[in-house]
Amino acid sequence: MAKFHARLSRRRFLASAAIGAAAASSGTIAGPSLLRAQGASVKLGLLHPVTGALSYSGQQGRIGATMAVDEINAAGGIKALGGAKIDPVLGDAQSTPAGGTAEVEKMNAAEVSCVIGGYASSICLAASQAAARYELPYVVDVGVADSIVTRGLKNTFRFGPGFGVIANTALENLTLINDQAGKPAKTVMIVHEDSLFGSGLAKLLNAQLPAKGFQILETIPHPTPTRDFNNVVLKIKAQAPDLVIPANYYNEYVLLARTMLEQHVRPKAIYSVLGGAASSYKFVREFPEAAKYIMDCNHWFNPKSAKALELKKTVEDKGQFYTYELYMNYTAVMLVADALEHAASADRAKLTAALENSTFSGRIMPYGPTKFVNGQNQGAAPVNTQVLDNDIKAILPPEFANAKVVFPMPA
Amino acid sequence: MLSAPILVSAIVNGLLTGSIYALVALGLTLIYGVLHIINFAHGALLSAALFAAFFAYQKAGIDPYLAVLVLAPAFFGLGYALQRLVIGPAARGEERAMLLVTLGMAVLIENALLYAFRADTRTIDLPYAFKSVDLVFTFVAVPRLISFAVVFVVALVLWLIMTRTDTGKAIRAVAKERLGAELSGINVTHIYAMTFGLGTACVAIAACLLIPTYYVNPSAGNAFVLIAFTIVVLGGMGSVPGALIGGLVIGVVESLGGFFFGESLGQAGIFLIFIAVLLVRPRGLFGASA
Repeated sequence: MAKFHARLSRRRFLASAAIGAAAASSGTIAGPSLLRAQGASVKLGLLHPVTGALSYSGQQGRIGATMAVDEINAAGGIKALGGAKIDPVLGDAQSTPAGGTAEVEKMNAAEVSCVIGGYASSICLAASQAAARYELPYVVDVGVADSIVTRGLKNTFRFGPGFGVIANTALENLTLINDQAGKPAKTVMIVHEDSLFGSGLAKLLNAQLPAKGFQILETIPHPTPTRDFNNVVLKIKAQAPDLVIPANYYNEYVLLARTMLEQHVRPKAIYSVLGGAASSYKFVREFPEAAKYIMDCNHWFNPKSAKALELKKTVEDKGQFYTYELYMNYTAVMLVADALEHAASADRAKLTAALENSTFSGRIMPYGPTKFVNGQNQGAAPVNTQVLDNDIKAILPPEFANAKVVFPMPA
Repeated sequence: MLSAPILVSAIVNGLLTGSIYALVALGLTLIYGVLHIINFAHGALLSAALFAAFFAYQKAGIDPYLAVLVLAPAFFGLGYALQRLVIGPAARGEERAMLLVTLGMAVLIENALLYAFRADTRTIDLPYAFKSVDLVFTFVAVPRLISFAVVFVVALVLWLIMTRTDTGKAIRAVAKERLGAELSGINVTHIYAMTFGLGTACVAIAACLLIPTYYVNPSAGNAFVLIAFTIVVLGGMGSVPGALIGGLVIGVVESLGGFFFGESLGQAGIFLIFIAVLLVRPRGLFGASA
């Protein structure tokens, strides 16, 4: 009998462990995937990778999106719909395209009017495709892959800039900064992570930098995760390039910058494009010495917008970091709310038409006038930032800049 | 560009990194040698220990090198309890079942960490983290030198425990012939738990040595454990000197591999060694013949 009990308890343990593991990995612990409220409301699907490898970014995105929903509801809901409240349907993409697609199916079944989010390009690509089958409008929050808006999907919209625009702006601004300083930088080394993002960028830089008068000394790929950057830094030290261009994700970016400081390697500038940590307040706060003078071309808020600064204060008062995932999702929800006001309907086709003709002003982002062509906002643009005085300042374009560039960085 | 100083720097760097690998492998090899299971929860326990060291500094201001004195015994206790109360009873002496239980524990621990602390990567900024010693041809960060030294001390202590104490003798007896050890009065359940505790304490020490220059997130530990498996095979299952020398060799191979063939291919060398050892000398450099 005792034996029987012991076996039973082991089985029960194994079963509960398996259930626990399954629940944890499917994200049910992180929050109910479907939330519903009562009464007349407009349902919006908020899709983010809140568990898995991208969960930090996903959670930041969810915070931004739900802040916007709360603000709209507190201000009286959608006025054109008689003050209808926005009812957020939260979804966890689990950091995979398949996870994103599954959530879109659930959201469609829950009769949402629109899906917002995705974060990673791969998730945005799959989820917007799934939404297209139901003619369900899909607003991309961050995903920068150019292919997201070149597939001819009528339902997919991106308010922020795509990779092509960001990379071109980054190259033009780098040339401009170097020219203005009397061309002190001639040689470049590129350190990039070896997946689509880093390799794609390295290829583009290798093709275009020589034409702009820069000599590329070496291009060093590395996997994610990489635990140790000492060898990479030794190579940089041996060749002493004027510029180091890192293209990697947060952890590796921070390790690289820390190792460079440790090994006393000081190029004339560290300049990144969509740099993993370069315009992160977290990095600047935790490693002010390593972050000093780093430049980046990335998504950034308009530092001259009172609304953007007010949101920044609200976020920081809550003890959160004001990251681009957060305000880009906030803005994406505001864009959809604006379109709902114009459509005066929660109908998917009418909302799609309203998004196509949107002239939403945004306010938080430093973009030109909103005009969607094939789903891409033509006014979207990145900003060049630099870490100055333990803060991140916008240095280009001039109309949004709140500091002057420091280049070359002082020894 | 291939000057001698740079080559020497790369080797020094490999030795420093390798020492941490060695410490993680020490814990793994002990557990493997005695319990004959691959402890899949090793990486998750390393992540948990990294969080413990992180919060000890963040919340209580305890320097990671002092936190060792608290965390090593605490994790020894945790490991002992896990083996005695969870793994042992759940597996009922079946090695295959133990393996599955540690796999389940890994999933549980990792997701519990994810739930509690989110996937956010955290680091601590110690006042001396960027202090480096000028070795003329290269700079070596002070925290990495400290960990190099500590690893040797830990290996020595472990070796003394294994060779000079009754517990160590009992552990070796159980590893060699479990039934015989049991017949001569050794409490095998207790020895299993002691071994698991020692292995887990190694992980806690590694975490305290890593945190000054590394980061922590719920899956940070995994990166080290895959390499530690290789070291265990290279050094010989259950061998303390084997894990130490294996760790240093693997560190240097990885560093030089990364240097000559690029970081993406650097690890290929490690796994080539892994396959070669399994083919040519399956018992490892210091392993006893089967």
